[in-house]
Amino acid sequence: MLQVRIHGRGGQGVVSAAEMLSVAAFLEGKHAQAVPSFGSERMGAPVVAFCRIDDKEIRLREPVLEPNALIVQDPTLFQAIDVFNGLPDDGYLLINTGRDIVELGIENAVEQLPEGHVCTVPATEIALKYVKRPLPNAVLLGALSAVTGVIKIESVEEAIKSKFPGKIGEANIAAARAAYQSTSTES
Amino acid sequence: MANQQVKFYQTGTLTVGNRLLDSKLRTVQATMDRSNSLDSGHRACQGCGEALGARYAIDAAMRATNNQLIAANATGCLEVFTTPYPESAWRIPWMHSLFGNAPAVATGIAAAMKVKGKNDVRVIAQGGDGGTTDIGFGCLSGMFERNDDVLYICYDNQGYMNTGVQRSSATPGGARTATTMPLGPEPGADFDKGKNVPLIAMAHNIPYVATASVDRLHDLEAKVKKAMSIRGARYIQIFVPCPLGWGSNPANTIQVARLAVECGMYPLFEAEFGEIISSTKIRRKVQVEEYLKLQRRFAHVLKNPDQLQLVQSVADKNIQKFSLMGFQGGEV
Amino acid sequence: MLKQIEGSHGVAEAVGLCRPEVICAYPITPQTHIVEDLGALVKKGQLTDCEFINVESEFAALSVGIGSSAAGARTYTATASQGLLYMAEAVYNASGLGLPIVMTVGNRAIGSPINIWNDQSDSMSMRDAGWIQLFAETNQQAIDVHIQAFKIAETLSMPVMVCMDGFILTHAYERMDVPDQEQVDRFLPPFEPRQVLDPADPKSIGAMVGPEAFTEVRYIAHHKQMQALKVIPQIAEEFKGIFGRDSGGLISTYRADDADTLIVTLGSVIGTISEVIDEMRDKGQKIGAVTIRSFRPFPLDEIHEVLKNTRRVVVFEKCLAVGLGGIVASNVRMAHRGQTSPVYTVIGGLGGRPITRASLQELFEKAMTDDLEETTFLDLKQDVVDQEMEREKKFSRSGAIAENILRDVGVVDVAKTT
Repeated sequence: MLQVRIHGRGGQGVVSAAEMLSVAAFLEGKHAQAVPSFGSERMGAPVVAFCRIDDKEIRLREPVLEPNALIVQDPTLFQAIDVFNGLPDDGYLLINTGRDIVELGIENAVEQLPEGHVCTVPATEIALKYVKRPLPNAVLLGALSAVTGVIKIESVEEAIKSKFPGKIGEANIAAARAAYQSTSTES
Repeated sequence: MANQQVKFYQTGTLTVGNRLLDSKLRTVQATMDRSNSLDSGHRACQGCGEALGARYAIDAAMRATNNQLIAANATGCLEVFTTPYPESAWRIPWMHSLFGNAPAVATGIAAAMKVKGKNDVRVIAQGGDGGTTDIGFGCLSGMFERNDDVLYICYDNQGYMNTGVQRSSATPGGARTATTMPLGPEPGADFDKGKNVPLIAMAHNIPYVATASVDRLHDLEAKVKKAMSIRGARYIQIFVPCPLGWGSNPANTIQVARLAVECGMYPLFEAEFGEIISSTKIRRKVQVEEYLKLQRRFAHVLKNPDQLQLVQSVADKNIQKFSLMGFQGGEV
Repeated sequence: MLKQIEGSHGVAEAVGLCRPEVICAYPITPQTHIVEDLGALVKKGQLTDCEFINVESEFAALSVGIGSSAAGARTYTATASQGLLYMAEAVYNASGLGLPIVMTVGNRAIGSPINIWNDQSDSMSMRDAGWIQLFAETNQQAIDVHIQAFKIAETLSMPVMVCMDGFILTHAYERMDVPDQEQVDRFLPPFEPRQVLDPADPKSIGAMVGPEAFTEVRYIAHHKQMQALKVIPQIAEEFKGIFGRDSGGLISTYRADDADTLIVTLGSVIGTISEVIDEMRDKGQKIGAVTIRSFRPFPLDEIHEVLKNTRRVVVFEKCLAVGLGGIVASNVRMAHRGQTSPVYTVIGGLGGRPITRASLQELFEKAMTDDLEETTFLDLKQDVVDQEMEREKKFSRSGAIAENILRDVGVVDVAKTT
């Protein structure tokens, strides 16, 4: 079973990201469970969402305590909460940022992670370019596909389309694919 | 010999004897084919205004809907005295759920009729002032706001009578109830409280609001008939004296109701979509004393000039606000 | 058809397939998505011959439902927590009148203190109101049980509450098999009421009943619920015949046959518990679980049978009988009468506190050596409790308990409030 934990703030589409990831896995014939961890619904408050993917029925209902992949949609969270809690030594880390690990001040937290497991993606910028809105969630899923290979980019695109039909969906798909391609060439 | 105009006082008055009227002009109660929706054998007190009002109102509604009527009833006197298990005095499909939800239950029945395409079946919700102005108020407002196709009839005897005569928000200033006793420096119910539900109903902009009294039953029937010709939320509030609760002689129920209207304490009017379209003029104005002195609940008021003045000022304000003077004569 | 959708949406689709005629909606977390989805289905014309009514309170929601059900319309509503309590009078009224209303309860804690997260206190507060109470373990079951609920309700002329854990199930995106209309139509015929408001055949419903007859009326209500103990499994069998799934019924078991220790629980937590049981079984520990699917009527005989041979019972419940201990445990103890093996009460997950494999494992290990108190609060922060007790001893104006504790656990920033 693969466990993904997505951190962000209210309004950044964290919950949608987990849902779309679960749909992508479903489209590949897998079982997937996406659950939000709610505070009161409020823009800007820290939000966490979980996604589990497996080949068989998923019975586990606890929060994702040991994420195989951690997605951080908002780097300001590093100062606010313990984002890295439970991240195993072979885990993946994707951060929505144009800065590098040292600039973010988290190099100590991630030094144990293997080569190629830490990835920074300027997802908000990419989203602004393709979607004209600062919503990094679909973009990061494209990057996740490239970095971890957990789901295929085609599945991510189908999942985005099912959630956002029409032009918005197409724009998000383009953004996700752009992140997928740029992340693939980096690693 | 010159023709002499003979005035038959039994027509063109408030009486319902009707023998001298064309059958089309008679009250529903005066016809042989009345539905008797609220049949005899119920256990209301002698002289109960509510039993009288309900009998007239529901039969009028049945006539107007060709006997296609369902009623939801709030807890209260009417419900209790008409359905002592295992008997029922109702000859219509009738349901009692709770004290505060008659309007909502009626909404549900109306929705069921709509979804089943039974457009000719109409729905009435009914209750006393307690169930309407107080505990049922939220549901009443909800039904009004949604404009559900329900006629709500409130039988206003100005207190929670079934439970032993306690004060409701319809209890008039000065009145004695078990929770507003005539004791101390301010005996009876407070004057600066209470709510006018007909005006609140009007504020919801519903198609029809009316007040009526059991002293003029033609008028009551006409208002119910008119209400049933309209679709959407409607409200009729009927003044119904309670001899037991008010300390009045059961034989005087009609007279007490008459005097309430004629002194201005109970304005009768109709409104459509928030605007008053008609009001009943007072035929022979009397001072409030004439009305109060028939009821022991106001005994202390009659001995208290300040309170008496307050009651009179309520009547005077009504007369002004609802334009109750200027009776022109003619049919009532 | 297999779909990856939110639990609430699955429930909405399932309810829609049952051809409800009147739906009353009042929003309350965490059921809101269910009524929103149903509203959308009606507005788009996908769900036809259905009146969707936005009411002004939960009390109104169930009251409208009482009216429409009494008038012969298949009726549905949903609520949780505070809303269920607000309609409490109507809850008793509906069952007393024998109206087959189906209502989803998105299980949520009850305030004060206000809390929007999952536990089962709300359903438990209405356990004796005369409704059938069915608990879903997964979202697939939630879909299936809702469909069965309409049939159970209409067969018995009794309202049914379908309980599903708020957020954990309602807001989880999962793979669900949503049945098709043809299957549901085969399973669920149109509603034929036992009593109905009809001008063609006038009846009075809701009379006052005095001492001379009240006991008999109540006895019949109890008797009918006992009949449900047979009807519920029957309908689950019929369901399986058409839909191919074993959803519903009175209880389910997991590796219980030779277990020395049996965990008894309700709802979604069995998922996590099953994982822990598998790990422990791999180490040779004989542990299993029983999940109660029908809480009312309470399957005394079935539970007695399944607990009969075990060495100890641990009841894991997401609710609390303040001043006593366990609600579910008390009910289980009644089923377990005559047996000498102990029944331990564990209160967990209150107000949405996560239930982790690690905590469960530790708890079960303790249970297996009978190293458990009669009543245990899982993951209780004893130091926080002690701090508040000290505070109350020291100061007569010790302050509001909830606010004090929030400060102690660091949720409220002390610096900003002093």
